[in-house]
Amino acid sequence: MQELAEFRRETRLWLEDNCPQSMRTPFVSDKERCWGGRRWQFHSDDQQLWLERMAQKGWTAPTWSREYGGGGLNKDQAKVLKQEMAAIGARSPLDSFGIWMIGPALLKFGSEALKQQHLPPIVRGEIRWCQGYSEPGAGSDLAGLQTRAEDRGDHFIVNGQKVWTSYADRADWMFCLVRTDSEVSKHSGISLVLFDMETEGVSTRPIKLISGNSPFCETFLDNVRVEKSQVVGDINKGWTIAKYLLTHEREMIGGMGLARGGDRSLSRVAVEELGLEGGQLPDPVLRSEITDWEIDALAFALTCERVNDEIKAQGVGNTSAMLKYYGTELNKRRYETLLGVQGREALVWQDHSTAQHWLRSKGNSIEGGTSEIQLNIIAKRILGLS
Amino acid sequence: MALILNEEESMLRESAAAFLDEHAGPDLMRQLRDQEDELGYRPQLWQAMAELGWTGVLVPDDLGGLGFSHVGMGQIVEQIGRTLAASPLVSSAITATVLVLGGGSKDQKAQLLPRLAAGELTMALAVDEGPRHDPRATALKAEQDGDQVVLSGTKRFVEDGHFADQVIVLARSSGEAGQSDGLSLYLVDGDVLQRTAVPAVDSRRWGELQFDGVRIPGGQQLGQPGRALEVLEPALDVTRIYQCAELLGLSRECFDVTLRYLKERQQFGVPIGSFQALQHRAAILWTELELAQSLVLSGLKSLDQGDSPEQVSRLASAAKTKLSRVAQLATNEAIQMHGGIGMTDVLDMGLYLKRARVLEAQYGDQRYHASRFARLSGY
Repeated sequence: MQELAEFRRETRLWLEDNCPQSMRTPFVSDKERCWGGRRWQFHSDDQQLWLERMAQKGWTAPTWSREYGGGGLNKDQAKVLKQEMAAIGARSPLDSFGIWMIGPALLKFGSEALKQQHLPPIVRGEIRWCQGYSEPGAGSDLAGLQTRAEDRGDHFIVNGQKVWTSYADRADWMFCLVRTDSEVSKHSGISLVLFDMETEGVSTRPIKLISGNSPFCETFLDNVRVEKSQVVGDINKGWTIAKYLLTHEREMIGGMGLARGGDRSLSRVAVEELGLEGGQLPDPVLRSEITDWEIDALAFALTCERVNDEIKAQGVGNTSAMLKYYGTELNKRRYETLLGVQGREALVWQDHSTAQHWLRSKGNSIEGGTSEIQLNIIAKRILGLS
Repeated sequence: MALILNEEESMLRESAAAFLDEHAGPDLMRQLRDQEDELGYRPQLWQAMAELGWTGVLVPDDLGGLGFSHVGMGQIVEQIGRTLAASPLVSSAITATVLVLGGGSKDQKAQLLPRLAAGELTMALAVDEGPRHDPRATALKAEQDGDQVVLSGTKRFVEDGHFADQVIVLARSSGEAGQSDGLSLYLVDGDVLQRTAVPAVDSRRWGELQFDGVRIPGGQQLGQPGRALEVLEPALDVTRIYQCAELLGLSRECFDVTLRYLKERQQFGVPIGSFQALQHRAAILWTELELAQSLVLSGLKSLDQGDSPEQVSRLASAAKTKLSRVAQLATNEAIQMHGGIGMTDVLDMGLYLKRARVLEAQYGDQRYHASRFARLSGY
């Protein structure tokens, strides 16, 4: 306990000395976030300085081992760091699919050489990653993917098409599911490979969404050479890693739904915009709709807390499908009700508007496995229905 | 405090489940119903609960109780919901006990709590006069006459009011129906009342109590005169959180039975649980039950932590709203997914459905609590 208190004191001092003032304000929009990568243009000197200082400490990936550039913190210390950052309103120095997705997978399944090669640049924010999972013909049925990797001795030649690759047009490397054996059952012939997006034969094209933005791309793979040393885990055993990553992604998306919903409660926005009459919101039907949402959001937040406590006490839980399903549906409901609160003001077409967020939220219950797939997972794996 | 059970609480949960499986359950409920039992519960079961110490869980140990946690007591009540076990446990060992703890004088505590803890005394709370819960609407009059207080009016839908040894009565000592001020609580002997047992849909009874100028001696007031709600509302909130535990228990039982049926029942040559239409509904119901469980556990923890009355009230209303809805979904889906057999009295689903609605209506239904939650949240 005393060591932790000492760590807290040191952390607080270090953050006080090293976090630039302009990095202590909340993000006004997602566009202010720092994603890093070879082609990253820092928005300000402070943004660069903050990333460099945090990366130096390994605190962009606080729990990763020091030998891979991480912070080497235990879970309690990482929690303290999070709390102390929150206390001064410090921004996340780096958002990264490297830290959230492929990094944890490499730590669990990757060879020593792959860890040495890829983890330190992720921590420093030098390489930005994207995920090559879905294909035009393989969405919910992900294991039906058709991108083929032909064995050429020490390397593969990959041909196919990926879709919904987030920020592929700005990423440096891709972690990609490919079919390395088409003679066996569909789950048994998949491998997870890594390649540089600058490799010959890789091209991307942004997909324009109903929100007007293009966070996703199509990626075309035309005779792309991938070294066999860049296979994560064993060849043809990629589905296990893919499932691990999908679980990880579900947790992340479910949690984000909550974070967004929890930023400002709907009732607070409604009171600010509409005022009170006799201590109540003027429209009783809207008040009732907001209340339904607030109570469900409270129940969901408490469920996230309980699931976390259970995982700490009993090891791994099997609740990520539930969190993903409910968190994303809740976020969609939030925006539908927000349209009611803000009226036509919400429908003004401009950047970062309620309208854009509302439209974007429609994807929440599709990306990372649709709500229907989550319900399938609950029914089959948890309830034993088949 | 982490949102998980500690070892003692888990053990209490398991032993309560085992005991109630043996001594209560839907079959006992059917016997009580079919025999038109006037009491509505088995005194032997109540005695056995007292011997297990359940009646004294919330009473401090210097007053003859166990002084154990709300989370612990919540585990017992959840199992009571699961097994439909009828007894005065909630009205006496929870509602009345918390009221005496919160509003009783030193003498009243010393006199009542040891007997409540031992299960020797049953007490009921008489709040409502109309079909919908509304303490402020109280019209039953309390008039001072020398040392005595004279009560006149009617209380309806009093849980366990048809037999309780003593009744705690909410009465209007000043002001008019609809006002929060001017309400007082009095302790009245059950014997001096004219009371009728009104049968409810869940095969239990409500007491309908007539006060035709009932004279009670001085010193029978509970808490400050004219300010009953300060004692009453916190005790009602505690009770509501336990009602939620009971609703959770009965909803989970309906779900478990239904899930088994989905795996067993064959149609078109396959188990009906292989159909995606039913799988998704089961998965949604399971998710809702998980959310409901988080609210119940948080409510109980909040009581143990000694959170402020405002925090407890808000959580209690959130929980009662959500649990009412989830119980409605669980009981309705149980009947629908069982198909025709679900409509028959052969199956127990109907017993759970009926109990759920009575629990929901007592001390405020989902609409009452959704609106109260909004008010307590400042909108």
